[in-house]
Amino acid sequence: MLEIKDLTISMNGVEILKGINLSVKQGEVHAIMGPNGSGKSTLAKIIAGHPDYTATRGEILFNINGKMVNILGLAPEDRAREGVFLAFQYPVEIPGVSNAIFLRAAFNEICRYHGAAEMDPLDFDAFLREKMARLSMDEKYVNRPVNVDFSGGEKKRNEILQMAILNPRLAVLDETDSGLDVDSMRVVADGVNRLKSGNNAFIVITHYQRLLNYIVPDVVHILKDGRIVRTAGRELALEVENKGYDWLKQG
Amino acid sequence: MDKEPLEKTSQQPLEKDKLSSGEYKYGFYTSVDADLAPKGLNEEIVRLISGKKGEPGWMLAWRLKAFRHWQTMTEPHWANFQYDPVDYQGIHYYSAPKKKADGPGGLEEVDPEVVRAFDRLGIPVSEQKRLSGVAVDAVFDSISVGTTHQNELAKYGIIFCPISEALQKHPGLVKKYLGSVVPYTDNFFAALNSAVFTDGSFCFIPKGVRCPIELSTYFRINAAQTGQFERTLIIAEEGAYVSYLEGCTAPMRDENQLHAAVVELIALDNAEIKYSTVQNWYSGDKDGKGGIYNFVTKRGQCRGNNSKISWTQVEAGSAITWKYPAVILQGDDSTGEFYSVALTNHRMQADTGTKMIHAGKRTRSTIISKGISTDQSNNTYRGLVKILPSAEQARNFSRCDSMLVGNQCSANTFPYIEVDNRSATLEHEASTSKINADQIFYLQSRGLDTEAAISLIINGFCKEVFQELPMEFAVEAVKLLELKLEGSVG
Repeated sequence: MLEIKDLTISMNGVEILKGINLSVKQGEVHAIMGPNGSGKSTLAKIIAGHPDYTATRGEILFNINGKMVNILGLAPEDRAREGVFLAFQYPVEIPGVSNAIFLRAAFNEICRYHGAAEMDPLDFDAFLREKMARLSMDEKYVNRPVNVDFSGGEKKRNEILQMAILNPRLAVLDETDSGLDVDSMRVVADGVNRLKSGNNAFIVITHYQRLLNYIVPDVVHILKDGRIVRTAGRELALEVENKGYDWLKQG
Repeated sequence: MDKEPLEKTSQQPLEKDKLSSGEYKYGFYTSVDADLAPKGLNEEIVRLISGKKGEPGWMLAWRLKAFRHWQTMTEPHWANFQYDPVDYQGIHYYSAPKKKADGPGGLEEVDPEVVRAFDRLGIPVSEQKRLSGVAVDAVFDSISVGTTHQNELAKYGIIFCPISEALQKHPGLVKKYLGSVVPYTDNFFAALNSAVFTDGSFCFIPKGVRCPIELSTYFRINAAQTGQFERTLIIAEEGAYVSYLEGCTAPMRDENQLHAAVVELIALDNAEIKYSTVQNWYSGDKDGKGGIYNFVTKRGQCRGNNSKISWTQVEAGSAITWKYPAVILQGDDSTGEFYSVALTNHRMQADTGTKMIHAGKRTRSTIISKGISTDQSNNTYRGLVKILPSAEQARNFSRCDSMLVGNQCSANTFPYIEVDNRSATLEHEASTSKINADQIFYLQSRGLDTEAAISLIINGFCKEVFQELPMEFAVEAVKLLELKLEGSVG
């Protein structure tokens, strides 16, 4: 469903990603690990369409209605409407806009795009509360402004809540585990596992192996200095946990 | 619009070359045959205006006193503005579209072009096309061209008419209240207005009557090199209630035009006046050329016990806005409110806020101000909360929030607080925030396009003010802000 080919990104003349190749099939969970500054977050952001990054080479092909389309030419909102979701490493605060209003606006925008009926506020409220209960989120977060005065853990749960509401085909989780205690991590992982189906796929970006105890990846990639230097099964994550990243050579 | 980022997000400021905001939809000019006074201001002009309106002698005498007083005054420059001096002798002080015939009056004698202009603005003035639920007084340059629903309102004893008509039909009421809240000596622009005011609305809600529909005035400046000096007077007697709305637009011109209005509100015991404004005068082009200079004195007096005056304003136009709707809380247990959204773009300059003067016991006031600045504009909140020695247990709550869009605009807050009674309780909150590219991207990544994202953020920011506006006006206000902000981010 996702095919990244030779993706190269420069910023201020410095290459951050140097020819990334990545293939993700329906139903798969891919983990991307790597040291700080290796380009993990850049990869997540360019998949979602962050305006600060432009590819100098390569393409990101995504299955849209049975055709592989290069989504580098799509606006971020259109990627989202086609089913791409990014769980932010640092979720952004939107003062004055309640979580419920924001989520319903996003949900209905995607419904409209696909020609589906929009959900009215009452039905949406019930839908939202059910999803929140599953993520053990307090009801007070329904009417609180988006991410304002949320704790670090609540912000991350709120990302997973958005993912559960929008039900994407491809979800990219950018260090969702950073700053989470074990209980929160379990809740977040549970949210991901519950959403997993044969029809969607996940890219889990993480610094540490521990999240992968809860979200079991099919494939693990090590990103180092802008390149994927190793791809293997789940055991690679454990190896990195023991040895660190230094033993991995570039290329 | 995060406050200083706590986390290391990339709070990218928006690129300046992407900043330029929406076009003005109401900038057309209507060609009409006008009755125009010669340029300049002197006693003859004051007499001419009074004569045109066939005013009683006391009115002319008052105007002349105001004019002589104005001559002793100088234009105030304490506001946070930079502008070229106004040439008070270079303006026509009276411009009225000519009637088709001299007759008893009525809309059928108004130049059809004027009626068409109002239709184009979405303000139908003919009784056939009138809006249900809203009575409209339509003011074109210096005169009112039509007032709807007058007969229906008369059944309730409500008087709603142009102030020039009130001077003919209800001179006693006008004389009793005019200048009683804003004396002509009040300030430079109030003195000028008192000398040369032409039209505006007069509303009188008798004792115990709740006005069944919204009353509104739509002000249109059309003629070039003119000023508009309207005067509005609203009186709510004991236990009466009225909700009044005003809207305003003007053609796009390279020259600056002066608008200096005075609005006086009087609420007697248990009365309530709700006054809402959507101000969309032409604000000049993106380089700051042209636009209306809006110097306005608005003041309400809660004269009776347990009375209430509430100002709600959406200030989205004018090159310069100088406006501080005030409430004098005279009666015990009276309430004053001020809800404001001021949006500036291009090179607009707004210096606006409120004054809450507490004199009565247990008087309460609330101030909610939201300033949004974009492009190279300058947006200032200036407010005064004054607790007089007589105001036992007075309370005030103030909240002033500023939002910056882009890097070249500025926002300022000058809250003045003067307390002369120790039993008072005052709270003041303020914040400054920015719409940043990360917020836009965050919302985009959830499926909202840039416009929807900005609209969501702005609506969230202004929510407390918009919910004070009458329903249709709130919708209008949201649309206006969206239009103004179009293309200003991202």
